[in-house]
Amino acid sequence: MPVKHPNLIKLKIPECEGDLLLVEDLHFSYPDGFKALRGVSLKVCEGEKVALVGPNGAGKSTLMLHLNGILGENSPISIAGMPIEKANLPLIRALVGLVFQNPDDQLFSPTVFDDVAFGPLHMGLPEEEIYLRVEQALEVVQMQGYGDRLSHHLSMGQKKRIAMATVLAMSPQILILDEPSAGLDPRSRRSLINFLKELPITMLISTHDLHMVKDLFPRMVIMDEGQIVADGNTADLLNDEDLLTAHGLEKP
Amino acid sequence: MHVDAFDQFHHQHSRIHDLDPRFKVIFTILFILSNALLPDGSWPAFALAWLVLLAVNDQTNLGLGYSFKRSFVVLPFVLVAVSAIFSPRGLPLAEWDLGFITLIPTDLGLVRFFSILLRSWLSVQMAILLVATTQFPDLIHALEHLRLPIMLTTVIAFLFRYLFILTNEVFRMLRARDSRSAGMPGIKKGGSILWRAKVTGNMAGQLFLRSYERSDRIYRAMISRGYSGHLRTLNPHNLNQLDWFLFLTGLIFIGIIQLAGWII
Repeated sequence: MPVKHPNLIKLKIPECEGDLLLVEDLHFSYPDGFKALRGVSLKVCEGEKVALVGPNGAGKSTLMLHLNGILGENSPISIAGMPIEKANLPLIRALVGLVFQNPDDQLFSPTVFDDVAFGPLHMGLPEEEIYLRVEQALEVVQMQGYGDRLSHHLSMGQKKRIAMATVLAMSPQILILDEPSAGLDPRSRRSLINFLKELPITMLISTHDLHMVKDLFPRMVIMDEGQIVADGNTADLLNDEDLLTAHGLEKP
Repeated sequence: MHVDAFDQFHHQHSRIHDLDPRFKVIFTILFILSNALLPDGSWPAFALAWLVLLAVNDQTNLGLGYSFKRSFVVLPFVLVAVSAIFSPRGLPLAEWDLGFITLIPTDLGLVRFFSILLRSWLSVQMAILLVATTQFPDLIHALEHLRLPIMLTTVIAFLFRYLFILTNEVFRMLRARDSRSAGMPGIKKGGSILWRAKVTGNMAGQLFLRSYERSDRIYRAMISRGYSGHLRTLNPHNLNQLDWFLFLTGLIFIGIIQLAGWII
């Protein structure tokens, strides 16, 4: 008497017409009245790697939490042409891989394997596929053989890699990382940059690390006080010292 | 602080570990019910139940005394049953005058007290074995398949998950406090009792806020990865013949225990 689980998600991704990620005039206030986003509009095409920079409290994390529908209901956002609505949420969450800033929030299962398997398992994939995906995801982040380890025994750099594997195992179309290089030693940071460089996925990454932005991202978006204040070529924006200083950044 | 500090699951392979969690849950509940239904003073039946418990212990590969070693957690709760000793029915055995009250232990009361003690002790041991041989997601999964309302299973699942968060936060805060609790030679360390109480009170409040926010972030991480109210598990739950055989054997033993309790 095998127990049958209904396959919750139809894994058919609609044809993407135009932008993979489209945000049009997004506003958001927290329950305490703080206006975190005041009219954000952003487009990301398939294959683009975009850096999102700005001072603390600029609204970067808040924006990211909107992109897979965790914050805000019926926000003016569409992913691969699908508006963020309740009916689309399961598929959108499979398409958008969101990695939080603190890996301790991302890793909540007893073992590394359980954590990486969580996403594929809850997408309703067949068992062999789950094992395969976990193995592949751990290989991509160079953490093979760590499946049986307990995540809280790992170092910060290792935790960040595992956190990334947890969403890579879901084969997302767009990877959204919140400050991936924060708290890493130079060597881990360097290997993260190389890893991101080679990863063939659309990315939107928030960071304070302008050296990394210079190395990795052709396009840069500057946010301040809940608004996008600049969006363009990284090389051009990094040369505009006045702009950088006005928004609490430093020329690398 | 280890995430698995409360997790009593023991990685091992045994017949009981591989048994379908649904059967384990049903058997544990029936065993507990059976103990509760046994009449007071049916010592042979209690002995039989204990033998069944030993047999299960043996089959788990955890050692014969495994559940016994962990069963002492139940002792404080048995204190509640102490009042049964002074049951007004039965023959008085002694008279203790405590000044404000006179306590009279009776023979029936004593029998009842020891019966309650044995019942809870046996039941708790079976529950210990259940959690030692079943991983938590499997347990929740079994409860779901046994038609427990999804609301209840979700609450249980989150309670378990957040228990670790709470303890984690406690340890972090204690560490932060200890590292700033310095002392100078010749000066009395710390402030007045009132001040200490205030600090502790603030810490309790902080603890609530912090774990509340952290649990919120973890919930977000879960729904980001497709969690929709059902905790899933990779272990295939197929009932095979061995499962049925072990389960039916268990039922027969419970039947024998009950017979022994009411006939002998």
